[in-house]
Amino acid sequence: MTVPALEVIGLSVSFRTDRGPFRAVQGLSFTVPAGRTLAIVGESGCGKSATSLAIMGLLPGSAQVTGTIRLAGQEIAELPPDARRRLRGAEMAMIFQEPMTSLNPAFTAGEQVAEALRQHRGMGRKAAAEAAIAALEQVRIPEAARRARQYPHQLSGGMRQRVMIAIALACRPRLLIADEPTTALDVTVQAQILSLLAELKRETGTATVLITHDLGVVADQADEVVVMYAGQVIERAPAARLFAMPQHPYTVGLLGAAPRLEGGGGRLASIEGTVPDLAAPPPGCRFAPRCPFAIARCAEPVPLYEMVPGHVAACHRAPLEQILEGAA
Amino acid sequence: MSAALSPAATAARGESPARRALRRFARHRLAMAGLLVVLVFVAVALLAPWVAQYDPVATSWSRIRKPPSALYWFGTDENGRDVFSRVVWGARASLMAGIVSVAAAVCLGVPFGLLAGLAGGWVDALVSRIADAMLSVPFLILAIALAAFLGPALENAMLAIAISATPIFVRLARGMALEAKSTDWVEAARALGNPPWRTALRHVLPNIIPPLLVQGTLAIAEAIIAEASLSFLGLGQQPPAPSWGSMLNAAQRFLTQAPWMSVYPGLAIFLVVLAFNLVGDGLRDALDPRSDRR
Repeated sequence: MTVPALEVIGLSVSFRTDRGPFRAVQGLSFTVPAGRTLAIVGESGCGKSATSLAIMGLLPGSAQVTGTIRLAGQEIAELPPDARRRLRGAEMAMIFQEPMTSLNPAFTAGEQVAEALRQHRGMGRKAAAEAAIAALEQVRIPEAARRARQYPHQLSGGMRQRVMIAIALACRPRLLIADEPTTALDVTVQAQILSLLAELKRETGTATVLITHDLGVVADQADEVVVMYAGQVIERAPAARLFAMPQHPYTVGLLGAAPRLEGGGGRLASIEGTVPDLAAPPPGCRFAPRCPFAIARCAEPVPLYEMVPGHVAACHRAPLEQILEGAA
Repeated sequence: MSAALSPAATAARGESPARRALRRFARHRLAMAGLLVVLVFVAVALLAPWVAQYDPVATSWSRIRKPPSALYWFGTDENGRDVFSRVVWGARASLMAGIVSVAAAVCLGVPFGLLAGLAGGWVDALVSRIADAMLSVPFLILAIALAAFLGPALENAMLAIAISATPIFVRLARGMALEAKSTDWVEAARALGNPPWRTALRHVLPNIIPPLLVQGTLAIAEAIIAEASLSFLGLGQQPPAPSWGSMLNAAQRFLTQAPWMSVYPGLAIFLVVLAFNLVGDGLRDALDPRSDRR
């Protein structure tokens, strides 16, 4: 088997706070083969963004990161900061949620794409400027040569996100981390950006980690899905299987909370309660206080149980079909 | 949302921020008047040997304290020197003191400010406390103390003014760097593997140039006043070399007998300072992205 583009084993992130360590991420493991997309799903504060920043090495000094992160087989979590920095932009890149503010207002779109090329590829000014226009064309920006001379404030949100993608992919990174790439965009533009990402992934073979809370995006884009809750993985499965047969009550709740076309006029289902305090998490299953299926055993620590090869869920009561059949 | 954030007029024109500012500045009447005055003074200062009809330091017992006439436009002083020629040559001292000292203050203050803002932690604390300590002493008092310590000379006065003006730029650059540090595009620059110094110089600095330009222009006006004050006190330009401040000092003894001795250098200081302030205000309006002025 070939080496996966990204391998994360037992990743934990904690922040020092006055009230003791705040464990944003605990024991996260996943792999992303080249050309595949892995989605990390969860509600706000579940550790999605901390995970992406930890992989990029962009967390502030107050964060403690443990675990193994391998980029194309190379361990990068232990690299000195300078070597790590050189990987950013060249081997791994990131696009952000807010295209309106993620571009530097003082430079044209073309200059910002060219800068990445000049820095990592050592291209000359002229060659980089030409390559930048080609890169803008690749993200389907019409009249790329003219757009390259425009400043961010002259571009629409969708255009700016395309420029961000062009910058991120300019140096053909192995790994692209997309942190809520379409959340700030109009729905029609979202669809365009998502299909662009899918096309580019096929063209370049870049592995993608897609951070989102939008299950529609996940269904559309992801090959595999990791569901996070309160800093832990609670379920991991191939996308199709997760949507067909979710095994963790939280995942079931998430799917139930997603609006559906065929759902009719009923109220959207919501999950009762709130996310536990990560400075003092409950023992055992962190979802138990909100879980309709919770039993006494849920207060004990939960391992990730394998449902079928490739599908794991952190629930003592999984697979859920048994309970539901038992109740019927 | 996008329409509200991007000035529609600019998007339609497709011009760079610098061009837009230039165009808006050109439509600002008072600022253009100020710029004209500044340019006239700069030209006069540069062409002093040709503009002044007389040697500014040549004394003559036969023409002491003559009122303005066709021969001596601004009259003559207590040593028989031509006031017009001295005002012209004095422009050199004043403008040079203003521009050089502010340039030095910018070159000294901005790097420290950027460093403090971007590095944070104890570096920020140290730099900020030093700047605060300097700012707690009034600008002119600090300049006078430094000039007195360094000894009376125009160069020392300029150095004293530069040091006194530095903390303003440290603060300004630090504040702007802090603001920039929290933006997504600085995070994006880091995500592209830019080392910290490159982030500071290539990404943050260009974005803080507009406020620096405004502050710099206004600071020149202040520095010119400071130079005049130091020279008035005998701490700047040394006699017999002409300076507006030292001319005023000499003139105060003859306020009633020879008012022209004080009026013209005073007028020159007033005009130059006003002009720099007008230019500064015009720049601020032109560079302010929130201003709707087209």
